[in-house]
Amino acid sequence: MLDKDMIWMLVEGTRDTLYMTLMATLFGYLFGLPMGITLMVTAKEGIQPTSRVKQKVYAIIYKVLDVIVNIARSIPFLILMILVIPVTKAIVGKSYGSAATIVPLTIAAAPFIARMVESSLQEVDRGVIEAAQSMGAGLWRIIWSVLLVEARTSLLIGVTIALGTILGYSAMAGAVGGGGLGDIAIRYGYYRYQTDVMLVTIVVLVVLVQILQSIGMMLSRKLDRRRA
Amino acid sequence: MDPIIQVKHLCKTFQVKGSQVDAAKDISFDIERGDIFGIIGLSGAGKSTLVRCLNLLEMPTSGEVIVDGKSLTELSDAELRFVRRDIGMIFQHFNLLMQKSVLDNVCFPLKIAGVKKQEARERAMELLRTVGLEDKAGAYPAQLSGGQKQRVAIARVLASNPKILLCDEATSALDPQTTKSILGLLRTINETYGITIVVITHEMAVVQEICHHVAVLDEGVLAESGTVQDLFRAPKTEAARRLILTGTEQLSRMRGGTAVRVTFSGQSSFEPMIANLILEYKMPVNILFADTKNINGSAEGEMILQLPDVKDTAERMIQDLRAKRLGVEVLEHYVG
Ligand SMILES: Nc1ncnc2c1ncn2[C@@H]1O[C@H](COP(=O)(O)OP(=O)(O)OP(=O)(O)O)[C@@H](O)[C@H]1O
Ligand SMILES: [Mg+2]
Repeated sequence: MLDKDMIWMLVEGTRDTLYMTLMATLFGYLFGLPMGITLMVTAKEGIQPTSRVKQKVYAIIYKVLDVIVNIARSIPFLILMILVIPVTKAIVGKSYGSAATIVPLTIAAAPFIARMVESSLQEVDRGVIEAAQSMGAGLWRIIWSVLLVEARTSLLIGVTIALGTILGYSAMAGAVGGGGLGDIAIRYGYYRYQTDVMLVTIVVLVVLVQILQSIGMMLSRKLDRRRA
Repeated sequence: MDPIIQVKHLCKTFQVKGSQVDAAKDISFDIERGDIFGIIGLSGAGKSTLVRCLNLLEMPTSGEVIVDGKSLTELSDAELRFVRRDIGMIFQHFNLLMQKSVLDNVCFPLKIAGVKKQEARERAMELLRTVGLEDKAGAYPAQLSGGQKQRVAIARVLASNPKILLCDEATSALDPQTTKSILGLLRTINETYGITIVVITHEMAVVQEICHHVAVLDEGVLAESGTVQDLFRAPKTEAARRLILTGTEQLSRMRGGTAVRVTFSGQSSFEPMIANLILEYKMPVNILFADTKNINGSAEGEMILQLPDVKDTAERMIQDLRAKRLGVEVLEHYVG
């Protein structure tokens, strides 16, 4: 039953889940954001340089990144986790537990985040980009002061979606010793038939997703200046 | 003669799924320093393509664009960025940063140029005063009307002290009243700062309102160019005629007879000449349309007359009018 130990375990599970989710999202953006920006910029409808040679280079960069992202996104998460165990061991020193799970979570999240960033940036009005170019803004200036600023609402919604998705992945990771709430749900709910524990973990997961979602949406609405 | 912009044999071809579109075909012209130069043409004529080649937002397929002595296509990316600060551009849809305040929008080009924040803010406020929007500094573009947004865009473009200002249909999204005030602001800018202005439009009224010189574009070809007065008095090409006569063609599409368009300077009195024609030939002359236009400062009269349905008489009347040094054009296409 839900005694003191059990509650303590759930609290720890929640903490681990949040830790994994937030860290993996953070690292996911560390890689995914530059990848997404690069995808948007180097795409044919992106921000093309004037010189032919550079255009060729852009096309190659886009193609390579595009393929990498597509391959990474089509590997199921559980398989990816097993696949990257050597990498995980090399980085964290072990292949089980919350800290170790962050590695495959990040690897799974980065390409998915890259795609979301790419599509957010594509929403930025071409005319505004051209206005910046006509003022003599360089690529970095455009990325930093135009793309990321004008797309910030959409980017924040992306962060919210990423958090929710990564939280889901982290629960899945519980099946193979990943720690956190997913781990608890499987050990107690599945192997020991403690339905109440499983239900509580589900409720906690739902509440977590709700809270993250609400915070994200509120922030993005607060930051949006497009409405009068 | 001191051209600030020289366009030489400019061609631009777009490849669209196998087929190709020639948006600019061997276009050459000069724009004088301090001029207000109009580029007029119907939709799809290639106006935007041409103006975008003037700051290399569009890379010409061939030909040369020389701005202030520098051939743009030969510049490195860094040099081009630097030259672009001298060539401001405003757009039909304003293209302001929607997530930035009015003040930050005006500060943006200064930020690009590396001006310190405090200094940039002061200059931006000064420019907002110039365009009459100092009370909107803290507002966001979404809270402004179209005319106000264009004023912000103008303040923004002035921030970098450009030598040239390109306007691509800058008033096309605005009502006539607001259009007038924006054009007035552009004229003031031209006069006070000596900035050369290139005005892209499909409306003859805009050209007549502020331009000194004009080029007519027709399906990617430069049909003709010259002073606005000359174009108004004696358009040489069909493309120019079409643009000048918009709004009057219904009037002249009437019954038989020969319709002619007569232009004259507003000071000369025209009345007796028609009376004289009628008295001399004992035949009726109809005034189908008459208007006086203000073409950059001087009054220009325009009249569409319907001459008698007798070919011989009509021709002699035309000769009489021409003898009086009036601009006379026969509007064959508009009579039916
Ligand atoms: N990026 C592009 N790719 C392919 N075709 C283009 C492109 N830009 C313009 N064109 C074509 O070039 C021609 C000229 O277009 P442009 O936009 O310069 O005309 P415009 O005179 O500015 O017309 P409007 O008054 O409608 O703005 C058109 O046929 C157009 O379809
Ligand atoms: Mg256009």
